Amino acid sequence: MSDVARTTEVAAVDSPAIIEPKRRSFRAGVAMIDRYSWYELVGLYAGLALFLMFVLAPFIEGFMVSLKPLSQLFSTPYSFIPENGSFAAYSTMWTTVDGLGRYIFNSLFISAVVTLAVIVIVVPAAYAFARFQFVGSGVLLGMFLAVNMFSGAVLLIPLYRLMRSLGLLNSYWAMIVPGIAFLIPSSIWLLRTYMARIPRELDEAAWVDGASRLYTLRRVILPLAMPGVVVVAIMTFIGAYAQQFIFALTFNSRQEFMPLPVGLFAFFGRQEVLWNELMAASFVGILPVMIIIVFLQRYLVAGLTAGAVKQ
Amino acid sequence: MTSTRSASLFALALLAPAILYILAIVAYPLFDTVVLSFTNAALRPAYDFVGWANYERIFGAGNFTEVIIRTFVWTFASVSLKMIIGMFGAVLLNASIPGQTLFRILTMPPWIVPMAIGIFMWGWMYNGQFGMLSGLLQNFGLIAGPFPFLAYGSSAFWATVVTDVWIGVPMVTIYFLASMQSIPKDLHEAAWTDGAGRLYRFRRITLPLMVPAIMTMSLLSLIATFNSFDIIWILTQGGPSNQTTTMIIDTYKTAIGSYRYGEGAARAVVICIFVSIFCIVYFRAVRKLSQGEVK
Repeated sequence: MSDVARTTEVAAVDSPAIIEPKRRSFRAGVAMIDRYSWYELVGLYAGLALFLMFVLAPFIEGFMVSLKPLSQLFSTPYSFIPENGSFAAYSTMWTTVDGLGRYIFNSLFISAVVTLAVIVIVVPAAYAFARFQFVGSGVLLGMFLAVNMFSGAVLLIPLYRLMRSLGLLNSYWAMIVPGIAFLIPSSIWLLRTYMARIPRELDEAAWVDGASRLYTLRRVILPLAMPGVVVVAIMTFIGAYAQQFIFALTFNSRQEFMPLPVGLFAFFGRQEVLWNELMAASFVGILPVMIIIVFLQRYLVAGLTAGAVKQ
Repeated sequence: MTSTRSASLFALALLAPAILYILAIVAYPLFDTVVLSFTNAALRPAYDFVGWANYERIFGAGNFTEVIIRTFVWTFASVSLKMIIGMFGAVLLNASIPGQTLFRILTMPPWIVPMAIGIFMWGWMYNGQFGMLSGLLQNFGLIAGPFPFLAYGSSAFWATVVTDVWIGVPMVTIYFLASMQSIPKDLHEAAWTDGAGRLYRFRRITLPLMVPAIMTMSLLSLIATFNSFDIIWILTQGGPSNQTTTMIIDTYKTAIGSYRYGEGAARAVVICIFVSIFCIVYFRAVRKLSQGEVK
């Protein structure tokens, strides 16, 4: 599923820090090779403006729509700027979109449980891949990554039957159980890279001092790998939050368990769509991720780029 | 301490939960898909094996070839656009100019925001009467009347491609950027000392060294796009008159829409075969590439 590619695992090893916490000042000490003539600068900024316009247009337009009263929304000719814009939709949506608060809670709840489960499964597995050379470890790792080849949509029929026979249809589990599976591979890959960087001597020292293997993992490796675990947890949460659609659409029909995307999709499918409220609700749904970007931006970027290059 | 027998056992114990989980939720369903594709399974619990009947039916119906071709055109259009725009973005974000950090952060939202929500926004932009695209084109006098992008086959097809590109571009851009930054600075500096211009250095240093990254990204993008479901389902549900029905949408409609599980499974198996072929081709290419480096 495309979700998987989102959280992806392009390849391992040292992540070049794309956004360094402290950038050097641009005025002082810019290397000669990085100097641009004025027309190059104009070209760069124009190109960036074009690029970011494509990337951000739907958000900007969506935000404008959320401010417009319906009468302006459904009028021609089109105008980009809202007249008499207000945040009214942000308060009326709670009553119009039945169960909006519930949808948002469901989304967060499902993502949180998925993240927790993925971390519990992935931490030992990543440690095993990072430290032990056992027969077939390469093949096994390859098989984990091959999971990403098969989207949830392809496996939908047997998964549906499996969920039905386990009695999980129409419950939170119907979305949580398959969600976990497709986030495991990329998380193992990412965390393995972090753990491989922890010096092996530490394990050996613990071993010499008589610590058991499990103790070493719990008391030596885990504390040191914590930043990596945090990054993987954030990535998993974002992945789980972003991809709640197909399983939720197919395996659950109870409104009280619907995550936000599916809940809004039902609202979206109505005859007369209250677009300003739909957009306002969407922005509130985006909020958790936006908060993550703002506060955890540094971790996030490390996670996104964990060694994009070397294979 | 490694490579002893007890170490291997310990490693296996650590891996057991992950392995068992994947076996139950991915491997078994995959196996079940193949089995089901040879049956006439439907809503009722009992079913019979029907041999190759499902495959004969889907390939005999004629429109399946059309769906396959459409899926390939859709996928290749989307992936190549993602690669081109992603490279364009990465080059721009790599330039050391003021605002760089901000621009890099602003690139990410389509990637990490819930996919469905981004698609709702595009749904409104494509609206014919009141949407942004139709509205702006009219304001600039480029089209005479309202143009509902999702109402006509070919415009709906390209509209879904554009939305898919939009969702995929941030990831491609960020990975290309990371790969670009891992190129040793001395190479550029040496070429620069010799008087090589920016364009020349891009063509002769950056691009050749990024071939592995481009190949990896193309494959990942290819798999994701080939399996893309949410975008088409939310925007058009495969319509109008099946003009945006790709193989995934077709499988979903057959299996979930009309409860023909057996036939749906056969269609899913065909998808798996195509994806496997992509991967085999990719690994062949990687091997050839690394052999070339050894020489």
